[in-house]
Parts: sequence; structure tokens; C-alpha cells
Amino acid sequence: MHSAPPVQKYVFIGVALLVFTGITVAANKFHFAVPLAITVALIIALAKGSMVAAVFMHLSHERKWIYGALLLTVAFFLVLMAIPIFTIMDTIGTHKPPFAVERPSH
Amino acid sequence: MNIPYTVEERPDTGLANGKLGIWLFLASEVMLFGALFSTYIILRTGSTEWPHGELNVALGAVNTVILISSSVTMVLAWAALKMNNFGRHRLFLIATFLLAGIFLVNKYFEYADHFARGEGPWHNTFLAIYYTLTGLHGLHILGGMIVMAYFIGPGASLWKRSPEQFTNRIEYTGLYWHFVDLVWIFLFPILYLL
Repeated sequence: MHSAPPVQKYVFIGVALLVFTGITVAANKFHFAVPLAITVALIIALAKGSMVAAVFMHLSHERKWIYGALLLTVAFFLVLMAIPIFTIMDTIGTHKPPFAVERPSH
Repeated sequence: MNIPYTVEERPDTGLANGKLGIWLFLASEVMLFGALFSTYIILRTGSTEWPHGELNVALGAVNTVILISSSVTMVLAWAALKMNNFGRHRLFLIATFLLAGIFLVNKYFEYADHFARGEGPWHNTFLAIYYTLTGLHGLHILGGMIVMAYFIGPGASLWKRSPEQFTNRIEYTGLYWHFVDLVWIFLFPILYLL
């Protein structure tokens, strides 16, 4: 119970998270093309999220029951994210809006 | 009656019950927010145009800084208990509570500014999903503040009776709080920047 937690590490991670937030906002000023902007923003968000989960939530050294529960959650989460991607796959690379309604011509 | 495994670890899971419980709860929360993120993808990819620059990026960035800082103070509040320093814990927990309050006040001003311009959730698809996501996230902030207020106030007496159990409760509160921070880390870029 009384083993000293790594306080300096927590503060360091906090500072790193703030720096990454600054980078996210600065990158937004460059007006990248939308796919690149989304990629950059999500990579930075993933890096920040991983730091919070690994260090603040102690996931870097947890019990296997928690890893098991989270693995199952990640699998279902990915399915949830894949569903909308599948619905638009036939329109990727075309100029057709994904849910465009084709009106009969008169 | 003593509730078993509040402090000691269960032999089969190697965890106190509360810890496994909070992680299962967080797993359900991942699916809740996941469903809304999925909705966001459908709405965004399905619309022919998507508004940019409708939100105040500076205010969103300030709120990100506030929430990250509150995550740091929360983990330090737990670390102080591990080091048997209740006074320091209390200071950090109050700081976390105040930072959460400032986040909500900022959010109020942001919402008020939009409503003053007639930009409610009915205005367009973007604002509909914006209010849904940030509103649900705001409710989670409020929920966290209620729990923190309990541990700053009446719940603090548990420290004298059972310091290990109190430390565990603060750890579970922290896990929830870091999750709320984690959700915002993704909300900020997708709503304010992209």
C-alpha cells in the first residue's frame, strides 16, 4: 500500500499531453488536405489517449482480467467503427455522395 | 455485514471487486460513446457539406488544457493517499473538482454564445451531433464532480476507518475521471478542428 507512486512521471506525462495539445492546434493552422488533417489529428489523439490509459489508468501493468475485458471491448468497438465505413465503401473514390437519393427522371 | 474483497484481492481474478467493476463499467461507456462516434462518421460521410470554423477553437483548446490538468491533479490525489498524506490528497482532489467546474462554466459560455445566435441542435446536422456528444460528455463531468464532492465532504471519513478502502475508492474515481478526459481528447479534434 505504501510503495511510492511515480509522481514525477505523472507530472511529466501531464506536460507531454499539454505539448501534444499545442501541436494538434498548431497543425490545424497549416490547413492540410482533409484526409491528411484527419490522419494527423487522430494519430496525435491516439498517442495522447495511450499515455492517459497506460500511465494515469495504470494499464501498462494491470491484471489479465482487465486486459481480457478491454480486448473484448476493443473488438466490439472496432466493429462499431467499421459498420459506417462499410456503408460508404461503394462510394469511395467516386464523386457520388454516400447516401444520395437517385430521383427518377421525367 | 462486511462486503468481501473491497480491499483484499479475490483469489480468482487477482483484483478487488470494485476495480473489476469500474473497468466493466468503463467498457460499457466505451460502447456508449463508440455508438455516438459511429453516428458521427455516418453523418459526416453522408453529408455533401460539413461546416468548418463554427466552434471556438481557442475555448476548446483551453478546455482541453483544463481537463488534462485535472487528470494530473486526480492521479496526484490518489498518489498522495498511497504516500499516506491525506492533506495533500484533499488539496489535489479539490483542485480536480474546481478544474471540472471551470470546464463546465466554459462549456456554458460556449453553448450560450451559440444559442444567442440561434444555433441550437436543430440548426444543422453538425450542431446536432456536437450537442449530443458534448452534452453527454458534460453530464459525465457533472457525475464525476458529484462523486468528488462526496469524497471531499462526507465520504472522507472513510479514510479514518479504512484507509485502504478509501484509497481504492479514489483510484476508481480516478479511473472514471481519466476516461472522461480520454473521451475529450478525441472529441476536441473531431469537433473543433476537422
